[in-house]
Amino acid sequence: MADMVKKTKEPLLHIAKRDDITGLKAWLIRIAAIAIGLLLSGVISALLTGASFFEVYEIMFTGVFGRIFEGKTTMLWRFLQQTAILLCLALGVTPAFKMRFWNCGAEGQALIGGLAAMVCMMKIGNAVPYPVLLLIIVVASLAAGALWGLIPALFHAQYRTNETLFTLMMNYVATQIVAYYVVYTTAGDGSGIIKPVATGNLPVLLGEKYLLNVLVVLMLTVAVFIYLKYSKHGYEIAVVGESQNTARYVGINVKKVIIRTMVISGAVCAVAGMLMVAGTDHSINTNTIGGQGFTAIMISWLGQFNPFIMAAMSGLVTFLETGAAKVADSFFLNSSYADIVSGIVILFVVGCEFFIRYTVKFRHNKKGGNA
Amino acid sequence: MDMWNIFVAFISSSIPLGIPLLYGSTGEILTEKSGHLNLGIPGIMYVGAISGVIGSFLYEMSCGNVKENMVPALAILIPLLCCIIGSVLMGLIYSFLTVTLRANQNVTGLALTTFGIGIGNFFGGSLTKLVDTDLPNIILTKTSDFFCVELPFADKLGWFGQIFLSHDFLTYTAIIIALVVSFVLNRTRVGLNLRAVGENPATADAAGINVTRYKYLATSIGSAIAGLGGLQYVMAYASGVWSNNAFGDRGWMAIALVIFALWKPTMAIVGSFLFGALCNVYNYVHHFFRLGHTANRELFNLLPYIVTLLVLIITSMRKKREHQPPQSLGLSYFREER
Repeated sequence: MADMVKKTKEPLLHIAKRDDITGLKAWLIRIAAIAIGLLLSGVISALLTGASFFEVYEIMFTGVFGRIFEGKTTMLWRFLQQTAILLCLALGVTPAFKMRFWNCGAEGQALIGGLAAMVCMMKIGNAVPYPVLLLIIVVASLAAGALWGLIPALFHAQYRTNETLFTLMMNYVATQIVAYYVVYTTAGDGSGIIKPVATGNLPVLLGEKYLLNVLVVLMLTVAVFIYLKYSKHGYEIAVVGESQNTARYVGINVKKVIIRTMVISGAVCAVAGMLMVAGTDHSINTNTIGGQGFTAIMISWLGQFNPFIMAAMSGLVTFLETGAAKVADSFFLNSSYADIVSGIVILFVVGCEFFIRYTVKFRHNKKGGNA
Repeated sequence: MDMWNIFVAFISSSIPLGIPLLYGSTGEILTEKSGHLNLGIPGIMYVGAISGVIGSFLYEMSCGNVKENMVPALAILIPLLCCIIGSVLMGLIYSFLTVTLRANQNVTGLALTTFGIGIGNFFGGSLTKLVDTDLPNIILTKTSDFFCVELPFADKLGWFGQIFLSHDFLTYTAIIIALVVSFVLNRTRVGLNLRAVGENPATADAAGINVTRYKYLATSIGSAIAGLGGLQYVMAYASGVWSNNAFGDRGWMAIALVIFALWKPTMAIVGSFLFGALCNVYNYVHHFFRLGHTANRELFNLLPYIVTLLVLIITSMRKKREHQPPQSLGLSYFREER
């Protein structure tokens, strides 16, 4: 026994949980993590391209915002548009996440919503008056997205079917249906690209193509914030997310909350698809959402399910992706470089959560041998 | 061509389509048995593929792009080793974040997939510029030839040879690895310990099992296996030609296959052939049926996903105990937590 005691030495590092961290300190840690991630990706960029560290960031900035100081806002609007679409998808998945329902299907929900809008634009574009058409497009889009959220929710509520994989598969079902529709409608000319449709486009406000999209998402941001924080539904979502048993105990119908929340989640994601199809591209292809649905999952989580922080995170990630793609382009490298840079920064932020939830203590007894 | 020949060609060409999925799902099963849902597998498979490609690209260059200068053993070992190193590094990033730093597994996995696919496409698209050659694309047909040596008698045994013997060695390796993993999981003490870690890490910890070590090892070895799937795809299926995004969503399908296989590597072998065939239906269906509108063929691409969804639903409805995922799948383990 005495031998046993001698042999066990106290480990050098000791991890302990901490619950007393202030909000400010937590954010300082997160900002530090983002800074380190940015620094690291800057160094990697500099090494790969041979340009200096500051040059890389200069290219990133001008690549994203253009000549904004000379009053040219084209690039700024494009940046806002991309941020808005990403944020919209993130807003969509957030209610589900808060309920601990891993909705990885934003991509599919947005795409199927976009497809519904596209079908309305093409099939009944000339048959009904413009305001009615717009209403039909909005309703059809939201309904399609809601359906795509409803299917996995029904099975999860009833049989506890794994929602992560279910929603992932629904993405590919949606993608293939869009692929089918594109081939079906372009079978005559064989181009494989649906030409932009003139009917049923969302209105252009003040001559800025993207203004409506940005405004819609801005309103959604506030709406989701209020919904989650101040409504009864939001409270129920939070309780179900914390503990389903507690929710059942206090008389919340867990199945109903899961299904209702996923219908809303799918519908909000579909808004992004509708904005892309009816508001921006006026056409659809399998790449209309372009993987943003997956990035949105990370945005929602990085923003701690707070819509306003998520807005900032969407801006950051859009900046990184556009900027890094420009850096790669200007050195004739592949633009997938953007995914590497945003991947690094996100991994750093994911990792830094540890230092917010835990604290690392060094061994305190000095006699414990060499450190 | 008569029906029989088309059928043989269909079966024979379905097998290589299933093999990357088999690698991916075997690796993911091993990882999930330790309680970690690694959604980074699609990215890891890209990194495995591109690491192998970089290795063999540099080796082919050092041999002056002449096949006679290349040593067969090196031509195979260099990409293989590079692939394993690349994918293990990705596995280590994942384990460091989720095991040591106890980060959210879903988010870490997704970020790793973004990162990995980025690395694959970036180096795939820029390698020729980075090493300053005048080659326009990465075409490694010479290395691919070494990987694709057929078994003897393959072309003399008719349909039997075409279906069972005409594949590259990584195809057979995949099946062997799946069988070995199955044996280790079910018949050895290490496997028992690993399953204990995945079911209930606190109990395993109390029993004196080093939880952290098991989690790290399972994730890293799992990643290495998954990475080989990416390499097999490039070297055997794509005959050594890298094109960006060609690997597609096979990584996600591999994760779905884990559920189809009910966390059993032997079932994954059957499942991967079935999935390979389902993905291949699109290429062959017009030989067998009249399809009407040309677009109708597109609908057959839905098959693998629909089948996965059905399996997902049916297994969750039946609720048999041995068909359930490891109990602590997706949860971080912290010893001092009550």
